[in-house]
Amino acid sequence: MSDMNPSARNTPAAASVATAPPMVLAEQVSKSFGSNEVLKSISLEVKRGEVMCLVGPSGSGKSTFLRCINHLEVLSAGRLSVDGELIGYREANGKLYEMAPKEAARQRRDIGMVFQRFNLFPHMTALQNVMEAPIRVKGLPKAQVEQTARALLARVGLAERAEYYPAHLSGGQQQRVAIARALAMEPKLMLFDEPTSALDPELVGEVLDVMKGLAKSGMTMIVVTHEMGFAKEVADSLVFMDGGVVVEAGDPDEILTNPQHRRTQAFLSKVL
Amino acid sequence: MSTTNPKPTGGATLPPTEPAHSVPIKAIKLRHPWRMVFAILLVLVFVSVLVDAAFRPAYDWPAVGTYLFDRRISQAAVVTLQLTVYSMVIAIILGVILAVMRLSPNPVVKSLAWFYLWVFRGTPVYVQLTIWGLISLIYSTIDIGIPFMDPWVSFSTNAALSTFTIAIIGLALNEAAYMAEIVRAGLLAVDPGQEEAATALGMSWSQTMTRVILPQSMRVIIPPTGNEVISMLKTTSLVTAVPFSFELFTRSRDISAETFNPIPLLIVASIWYLFFTSILMVGQYFLEKRFARGVGDRQDDKKDLGTGTGVVTGVVPVVGSGQPTVIVPPTIKPKTTPPTNPGGQS
Repeated sequence: MSDMNPSARNTPAAASVATAPPMVLAEQVSKSFGSNEVLKSISLEVKRGEVMCLVGPSGSGKSTFLRCINHLEVLSAGRLSVDGELIGYREANGKLYEMAPKEAARQRRDIGMVFQRFNLFPHMTALQNVMEAPIRVKGLPKAQVEQTARALLARVGLAERAEYYPAHLSGGQQQRVAIARALAMEPKLMLFDEPTSALDPELVGEVLDVMKGLAKSGMTMIVVTHEMGFAKEVADSLVFMDGGVVVEAGDPDEILTNPQHRRTQAFLSKVL
Repeated sequence: MSTTNPKPTGGATLPPTEPAHSVPIKAIKLRHPWRMVFAILLVLVFVSVLVDAAFRPAYDWPAVGTYLFDRRISQAAVVTLQLTVYSMVIAIILGVILAVMRLSPNPVVKSLAWFYLWVFRGTPVYVQLTIWGLISLIYSTIDIGIPFMDPWVSFSTNAALSTFTIAIIGLALNEAAYMAEIVRAGLLAVDPGQEEAATALGMSWSQTMTRVILPQSMRVIIPPTGNEVISMLKTTSLVTAVPFSFELFTRSRDISAETFNPIPLLIVASIWYLFFTSILMVGQYFLEKRFARGVGDRQDDKKDLGTGTGVVTGVVPVVGSGQPTVIVPPTIKPKTTPPTNPGGQS
């Protein structure tokens, strides 16, 4: 935490004032758990409407980076902003102030997150899962929320399953409900943390289809995934991470067909 | 496929042509003769004890009958129930607070909760109730105000706290320590991913607790809490230590002190205790059902299973004739009861 040195990095923030800020801007983001440095000075930029895929071996820090974006993990060093707004901290007079939980919650509601293990609320039906946050967090009227929630469930192909409890849905259906739940908050950015890794192979397609549709609609997305086919087809940019650093980043086609770095080559030869 | 079948053509005992269906097993059941003998023996012993008890004069069943609905007894039963309910309600509220304190990131808050548990769980409730009974000796007045200054209000402890109130305080504070551990176990049993999902949706800590974590932990909390309620009902018999003497046990002792006939009155008290615990057990059953929504109600799968297995079990009776008519898929379990009518879809 002592590494936090905002004054040294004033320039990029100043430069981006004129144009619209990128959706996500990570500047030398680091994260340690104790003495274990999981992220080492990650710098990335995700533009509005861009779909970025994060790939890499397990333990490479991609999920941790994703969790830093909505402040589920606290950075050890560096700066991270979403839509021009610093995440987790307020900046005044060149000093950073830790945010109150309430402010952090306000930032999170604009950032949708989809988890590997769905994390649906098991004691609520699919519809209730989707309706919960708009009612409790945004305080919207119930009738209106129900209408949009049903529309969202229809959008992910689950209109008939609205009254089902998660335990009665397949993994693919649960994940689609989870996507609908995140979309119900009308986020400007969607984070996907290995959304298909816990699914049976034949169920992966239905979730990816929903995500493709979402990408087409212009949603800004960051997707941690092992689905190289999806990355190739949908992603605008691909980032390969290993050992907490960005090894290679750029056009998905180029990286997947012609990886420059040895570690990328080694990884891709195993998964492709 | 049938061409590669290596069966010897002469075999007479082999199943008929279709290899796709396996023949259901029809075996002679294994007998358990000793089970039967033991069961009969137990029943005999049990019945003989019952019959003996029915005719033994010391039990004095007519006296049990007269005192069972005696006004003093039924009033005492109500008092016992009040003691149980009030102290349990306070204990549950306090227990939730203590459990949350124990999970707090603040080390002072955490240690305070631990200290409370250490004291109240580590000493007998009977001793605690006796000490509470002597509270007016320790604190003769209750003062409200700023410490070391003249109090704003001051009342005598004896006037402010009846023995009934003291009994409730004593029982509740002791029970809170146990409830705290039960609630803590319940909170820890909820998958951390649930809190994460709620946080990621922008829900506040209190919203996450009340809407997501607590409802799910109820499934773990309710069974041991039911246990504690029943235990509390019986522990109320100790408030005689305060001394408070209007609950069931002390009342029946007092009556028998006059009649010199203690045994029927103890039976009367026991019958009332049993009656209350039975009611509590029924209540617990319904509470558990309510909080099992979405998790424990797997048999509720009418929509998916109803049409599938429902039809199959309908065919089961076919098995039993000598010739296995093979319409039955090989997946039948012998003892399936047909699931509930698939008509009741929501």
